[in-house]
Amino acid sequence: MTDVVLKSRLDKRPIQEPTAWDRLMVNRNWLGLWFMVPAAIFLILFLAYPLGLGVWLSFTDAKIGRSGEFIGLENYEWLSEDSTFITSVFNTILYTTVASAIKFAVGLYLALLLNERLPFKAILRAVVLIPFIVPTVLSAIAFWWIYDPQFSIISWSLRKMGFITENINFLGDVWNARWSVIFANIWRGVPFVAITLLAGLQTVSPSLYEAATIDGATPWQRFRFITYPLLTPIIAVVMTFSVLFTFTDFQLIWVMTRGGPVNATHLMATLSYQRAILAGSLGEGAAISTAMIPFLLGAILVSWFGLQRRKWQQGESND
Amino acid sequence: MTDLLAQKAADPKSTLNASTAAADHSDGMSYLNNLPRRLVTLYLPLGIILVVLLFPFYWMALTSIKPDEQLLDFEKYSPFWTWNPTFKHIAKLLFDTDYPRWLWNTMLVATCATAISIGASVLAAYAIVRLRYKGAQWVGGAIFLAYLVPPSILFIPLSTVVFQYGLFDTPFALILTYPTILIPFSTWLLMGYFKTIPFELEECALIDGASRWQILVKIVLPLAIPGLISAFIFCFTLCWNEFIYALTFISSTQYKTVPVAIVTALVDGDIYRWGSLMAGAMIGSLPLVVLYAFFVEHYVSAMTGAVKE
Repeated sequence: MTDVVLKSRLDKRPIQEPTAWDRLMVNRNWLGLWFMVPAAIFLILFLAYPLGLGVWLSFTDAKIGRSGEFIGLENYEWLSEDSTFITSVFNTILYTTVASAIKFAVGLYLALLLNERLPFKAILRAVVLIPFIVPTVLSAIAFWWIYDPQFSIISWSLRKMGFITENINFLGDVWNARWSVIFANIWRGVPFVAITLLAGLQTVSPSLYEAATIDGATPWQRFRFITYPLLTPIIAVVMTFSVLFTFTDFQLIWVMTRGGPVNATHLMATLSYQRAILAGSLGEGAAISTAMIPFLLGAILVSWFGLQRRKWQQGESND
Repeated sequence: MTDLLAQKAADPKSTLNASTAAADHSDGMSYLNNLPRRLVTLYLPLGIILVVLLFPFYWMALTSIKPDEQLLDFEKYSPFWTWNPTFKHIAKLLFDTDYPRWLWNTMLVATCATAISIGASVLAAYAIVRLRYKGAQWVGGAIFLAYLVPPSILFIPLSTVVFQYGLFDTPFALILTYPTILIPFSTWLLMGYFKTIPFELEECALIDGASRWQILVKIVLPLAIPGLISAFIFCFTLCWNEFIYALTFISSTQYKTVPVAIVTALVDGDIYRWGSLMAGAMIGSLPLVVLYAFFVEHYVSAMTGAVKE
């Protein structure tokens, strides 16, 4: 009886030597390659290749429908004397610095407020994020209407309160237009900064504050020596993203001013669209976008060091 | 597995920190603040910020239901409220324009691009985190860099590429280019989620003879469902929000997405256009807001996860 069972068991499956195929199927490099294929196809065809092509186009005089000839740095030389381009660089830097700085200040403040003990905290947090999830173009249209030269609700309210006598020409005047688009950008960016910083704040243990208070720290000192150092890594990353997306912004400007009045609100992105797609000189447009790359690299470096610092602070191995 | 445990053991500080932070549910020292003080330092600023953040939406919604004669006349009628709401603008939008078609286009493009991206990202993230093939770390870094490449420096060369591939002015131009924005983001997010799934589960499955594919489908994916939902929602929102590619690659009105169509096709010389414009903006945001309302937590974790990892 027993040996019958044993025998049938032994008969069942002779142990095979693993074939080359079996070895291949458990080889992590081989499997990894195939797992990466779909993502790699997209990223190479539609990201890496166009990125290289863009740099190449910036050295040519390509137009829409005509592949260009290599003309060296001519596009860049031409741009360096182009006052519209120089204005757009100035605008981009102004837009990025002012908007990012205010987004950071207001975002951090809002995060600190939301971190307090509050009724309906979850709902509040959800509501705060709404400007971020509504498509930028659609909220930009709302702002366009709010900034209307004749029927602006802001002008009307200020006039009723007696602060002004004339309607404010929000988008028709050079500096008004700049501040108006910057405000719209801040409005959209604050929720992102606030909610991500809030997530960082929630990991700070309250006992640290209690200990500091017992030691006689003022509220400012508690912020400066506890909150801020513990938040630094996440601030670095959040602000890198914020700067990056502000710097390359296109939608808000395009919807609200199209770069006007008299090119005063053109950012580099909107100018490159106008030159490359509307006017058809791809080469020149590509040169403008390529000129943005050094700035982006700067932002990426900051982010990189922010991440490194975080690892170093937590004392974790790189896994 | 062993090194994971060893690391835990060697790093008691981090576990200690985590446990104290988790156990401390008290409200800290907030009892020290009395009500009047909280009113000025907390509720007032919070209230102002909230009003500023939400006013554009209120104004959008209100404009879209105001009758024409109240739309521009602030003197005779209070601009902040209306007693006779009308659905005229919304009806005009839905029945006299291609708006439903644009909504459908946006939905189609967003769904397809998101599905493609999630599929590709799951495979890539699993391979990077768990297969750990040679150079996986470098590929992970490269994907993070790809995340930082913004559409506004890519659209010019991409437009020539799209033209070369014969995709210009078709929905495929968008379905195939959006994943370049979505894949780096969702791969990065999913890498974070996959890292939290214990190795031991996979090791058990390997001993039981499961192939890598079976492990991924039957063990890792079911455990990563919250991460998948986060990635899905965030990708969907990004697609819906995308503007510059849709503006550049699509020229015929019938293929446009909502954001582009509103800006290019709805804006006409009509002085009362604001009603239908605002209605368009409101209806275009509604699907996202509804989706968001159901999945707030996932959304927030997607946003913070992508930044933190």
